[in-house]
Amino acid sequence: MTGVLPIALEDSTKTLQVVLAGGKEYVGVMKLHGNVEYERIIEVFNEFVGEIYQRPPVRASVKRRLRKRKIYYSRVLEVEGRNVLFKVGCQSGTYIRKMIHDIGEILGCGAHMAELRRIRAGPYTEDKNLVKLQDLADAYADWKEKGDEEALRKLILPVETSIELTPKVYVKDSAVDAICHGAHVAIPGIVKLSSNIKQGELVAILTLKEELVALGKAKMTTEEILEKDYGLAIKTERVIMQPGTYPKTW
Amino acid sequence: MEVKVKVLKNKPAPWDVKREIIVKEEAETNLKYGCPPNQRPLQQHIRYGFVNLDKPRGPSSHEVTAWVKRILNILHAGHGGTLETLI
Repeated sequence: MTGVLPIALEDSTKTLQVVLAGGKEYVGVMKLHGNVEYERIIEVFNEFVGEIYQRPPVRASVKRRLRKRKIYYSRVLEVEGRNVLFKVGCQSGTYIRKMIHDIGEILGCGAHMAELRRIRAGPYTEDKNLVKLQDLADAYADWKEKGDEEALRKLILPVETSIELTPKVYVKDSAVDAICHGAHVAIPGIVKLSSNIKQGELVAILTLKEELVALGKAKMTTEEILEKDYGLAIKTERVIMQPGTYPKTW
Repeated sequence: MEVKVKVLKNKPAPWDVKREIIVKEEAETNLKYGCPPNQRPLQQHIRYGFVNLDKPRGPSSHEVTAWVKRILNILHAGHGGTLETLI
């Protein structure tokens, strides 16, 4: 299968969990094993939303226990004979092949997935900065052999692109180094923040230069952080920024 | 059926959630420290980098990740969700 496969380099691997939390979108082709009325196909796809239960396939590399996954939307784009072009938005870890098999069962005739292309993984989409392996190899060679870093710089995106869909908290320069050493984020260190942060939610901690410092769990909602003058707001969980980047003021 | 629709309305896809930034306090940042993400020296840019890769058909997500590691001559890389290979 092809499409969007975000690759985290070196220290960026620490933010893969937020990329996974961002969900997936796919387009694919379902091959029907019999003839089904057009309206019926549309109907079953449109209804295949909400929470679904799936058991990972036999050859999956994860434990085969029943898992619950959310389908945000599912719809038919085109039907041509027994080929159905579809689009699905879902939680990470949804097996689309299984979902298509199940839709085939509901339709009565059976079906299998003939093609699948991922068009979104979290904040990364097919229409923005998608890179081919060969281009990456060429750009690296340009840098190593000719000292030209422009191409490579363009193909690699800053780690901050991975937290695009994640709620954010911006902290003062004076709070940064302590967070780099694992300290939690207290209210007085916060300058601005995203709306609608819920307790327990994973948030990105950023500097005022938009650099990612760490990921943490919210201990307060946006409203509480705005109202209060002191207290622990974010529990730091994964530090991305190197300590010593900002001055030590603690 | 109605219950199902309700659940969905409360849970939009992550990319459909709209958030705004609210300022709590005015503050400035000292340009002497740190570096805006798009101005990092290349070595740093790679170390704090992501590649939005177009996975080719055939090799596994794991294999493709290993290729990227080799191409960029780095020690660690990870991918954001396996794209299975068609058997």
